[in-house]
Amino acid sequence: MTVQISRRGFLIGSAAGSTALLVGLGSNGVLAAAGEAKLAAALNPFVRIDASGVVTVILKHFEMGQGTSTGLTTLVAEELDADWEKVDTEFAPSDGSRYANLMFGLQGTGGSTATANSYMQYREAGAVARDLLVRAAAQTWGVDPDSITIERSILTSGPHFGHFGEFVELASTLEVSSDPVVKTPDQFRLIGNQRLHRKDNSNKTDGTAVFAMDIKLPGMIYAAIARSPKFGGSVISFDDRDAKQVGGFIAAQVLPNKAGVVAFAKNTWSAFQARDALSVEWDFANAESRSTFEIVSAQKALLDHPQFDVNHDISLSSVASTIASAPRKIEAEFTFPFLAHAPLEPLNCTIAPTKSGVIMYDGCQFPGLSHPTVAAILDLDPSQVEIKTLYAGGSFGRRANPMSDYNAEAAMAFAVSGRKLPVKLVWSREDDLRGGHYRSQTAHRATIALGAEGNITAWDHRIVTKSIMKGTAFEPVLVREGIDSTSVEGIAEGLYDIPNHAVGLSDFETAVPVLWWRSVGHTHTGFVMETLLDMVASETRQDPIEMRLAMLDPKGTNQARMISAINLVRMMSGWEEGDKRGFACHYSFNTCVAVVADVSVNGKDVHVNKLYMAVDCGVAVNPDIIRAQMEGGAGFALAAIYRGEITLTDGEVDQFNFPDYELLRNGEMPEIEVGIVSSNAAPSGVGEPGVPPTGPAVANAIFAQTGTRILNLPMTKAGFNFV
Amino acid sequence: MACSLAKVLPCETRIPSSDWDCQTERAEQMKYQLKINGEIRSVDVEPGTPLLWVLRDELGLTGTKFGCGVAYCGACTVHIDGYPSRSCQTFIEDAVDSEITTIEGATDRVAKAVQAAWREKDVVQCGWCQSGQVMSAIGLLTENPKPSDEEIKEYMYGNACRCVTYLRINEAVKLASRKLEA
Ligand code: FES
Ligand code: FES
Repeated sequence: MTVQISRRGFLIGSAAGSTALLVGLGSNGVLAAAGEAKLAAALNPFVRIDASGVVTVILKHFEMGQGTSTGLTTLVAEELDADWEKVDTEFAPSDGSRYANLMFGLQGTGGSTATANSYMQYREAGAVARDLLVRAAAQTWGVDPDSITIERSILTSGPHFGHFGEFVELASTLEVSSDPVVKTPDQFRLIGNQRLHRKDNSNKTDGTAVFAMDIKLPGMIYAAIARSPKFGGSVISFDDRDAKQVGGFIAAQVLPNKAGVVAFAKNTWSAFQARDALSVEWDFANAESRSTFEIVSAQKALLDHPQFDVNHDISLSSVASTIASAPRKIEAEFTFPFLAHAPLEPLNCTIAPTKSGVIMYDGCQFPGLSHPTVAAILDLDPSQVEIKTLYAGGSFGRRANPMSDYNAEAAMAFAVSGRKLPVKLVWSREDDLRGGHYRSQTAHRATIALGAEGNITAWDHRIVTKSIMKGTAFEPVLVREGIDSTSVEGIAEGLYDIPNHAVGLSDFETAVPVLWWRSVGHTHTGFVMETLLDMVASETRQDPIEMRLAMLDPKGTNQARMISAINLVRMMSGWEEGDKRGFACHYSFNTCVAVVADVSVNGKDVHVNKLYMAVDCGVAVNPDIIRAQMEGGAGFALAAIYRGEITLTDGEVDQFNFPDYELLRNGEMPEIEVGIVSSNAAPSGVGEPGVPPTGPAVANAIFAQTGTRILNLPMTKAGFNFV
Repeated sequence: MACSLAKVLPCETRIPSSDWDCQTERAEQMKYQLKINGEIRSVDVEPGTPLLWVLRDELGLTGTKFGCGVAYCGACTVHIDGYPSRSCQTFIEDAVDSEITTIEGATDRVAKAVQAAWREKDVVQCGWCQSGQVMSAIGLLTENPKPSDEEIKEYMYGNACRCVTYLRINEAVKLASRKLEA
């Protein structure tokens, strides 16, 4: 994907007596500046500098822990040479015309794109502001603008000095110059700075950070929803006799789409109690009623007859004869369970009436989808819906979904409540784990033909999974000729040179809703690809790292990046010929990550001692956040591969709460060493790419120690305990 | 007792065409007095309400977080008589005679050292678990100012972090311990 950056050169008016300088996109999509008085209607800015000199960066991306509030702020502060301690952040309102993600064309966060798509836009906004301030100071002092330098928000020229705030009034009346220049990498002070602290680390350690669930409004009522115990069921009728015994219960009502019954109460606890006390009669005619073992066999059966040939030039049938006549073959079948995202702040959303419509309070990951959804449900014009984005207590993909499911529920609850009072919808942990929108249960089968020299001569790969994108707003972009690219990414478009690589895909149909889960299709394709290559290496007695290097063409840009990451991790880990550790690498979200896993195995007890991770994500805007995302991504993967699974019995989810969907715990985290490949290329994602290679690196290490291949996840299925 | 619906949601403002019934046969609300962060606070809630929801919904002390409701994640950790406790499984009637400290009231020397260490190590990601982590770490260092690596892991085991910030949590606990020693 390429990022289109609008050019600047346009000024939206100015106002006498301005108290702030604002820089953002004008109505024509180009960067513009203005004084505050004019601004409200004309411009939703990226940067605001007030008369006291405080710089506020307006974040078009939400903060779920990935560090974007620090990252975008770094970009603006860098160009301004602002004092890091005097830079604040604020979440942007919902305004797709100003705050669209340049990779989606909609306002929203996902796909590890936040820094990548904002990199030039936020730097240019900072550069525009800097240029205006410098010219304002030059005019005030009667000096050459080139003589002015900036250190920590203080402009200086000879004997003159002054802080940003002193020049905002004049600056906001100047014309935006046609081409303010951004810094070159050698001028960076904040980008790449190892010692810059997160912008959200004070308020998140003293309890003052405001998350969506922390909202309380006058007269607010609380809502909890009884949803169908089987996915796809709908309400026939309900009885609230027992709910009426619950103190604080107000009333219950069927949702207009019949997907559930909402209980209203005067606090969250009463809402949960009342909801649990409802008895609901469900229609399961269209519901998923199978158990996990039946879904596994249905998926395996579909592997026999792929619906689509993914590679146009190499079909499954075209490689069949090479495979049939191969002297040696590797065959393997893999299964992956449903997985819940389980962000630690359970989903919640508050909708309150305003004079002209409603305001929604949410840790809103995708205003571009939630906004029209809520407007449509409430039969309002989008201009009547305002979104207030607050901190999100994790997401891992869950808060962004094409149906805006929990925003839609909140809107329906608000509608049936009579629209007079603020309604806060809260999910319990049970609602979350049993509520669907999982990483899809998935099966893979591969048959790899090896030639006499041990070289790969053909590869028949088949995948069965439920499409995430079909039937959503993303279908036109991400589904081509029936093939959902997120079902096959990481297998079909990998970096390796693989001769006669044929890929088949079948869509699995189920009423269980599926969703992108931290690294999307790569959650399973990375595991499969890197396990299979390890199988080839061990079968053909090659070093797993050397073998992969030989499959990467250094002339390819991303292949060359991956080679750098591999070489770095090899050096960091001191990898040797015949090493008994595990190696895996994976390219996702335009980032390359290579991992070496050091594990000890004692019988069936596995202990992961250490992970070495090397990453090439282009220029490292905040190196410490990159390290944190690698650590977090690895830990997130470990929880899943060790023991993560959502299973069904007769369509009903077996898990209820954390006791049966165990997160990774303190003490289970291996030591992690992260290396970052130095680069001046545009930055790419870091939130997700640490996940895919971690699992297979550990699985390959277990194989190196035990000779046991792990093909069915979670690994507890193979009898391993993680100690 | 009177239907609190009248206060919360006047009948005429409710759903059009609704047949909602205003009268529910509810349990008595009770008045409780709590000692929180050195202040006496009174609340009217149903008996059996977990302290977590009293703090969050009634008293506006939203620094204490809800993660599971079953004492399994630690997001709701507060100090009760000086010991880290899960407020989601502490019922209001059991809290009345105790001194309760929430993250908002964690201001002693140990708390300051822990919070400073958390910031220096940039521990937080999403932050939802972190009030609980900080409250547990304060409890640990108050009881044991120089914990070993194993003691830290064991003590902090009950505080889950979905963003997996454990390596930094443990580093920050050790840093706070050094700060307290100095
Ligand atoms: S909310 Fe109390 S332990 Fe999870
Ligand atoms: S920082 Fe997100 S759950 Fe711990």
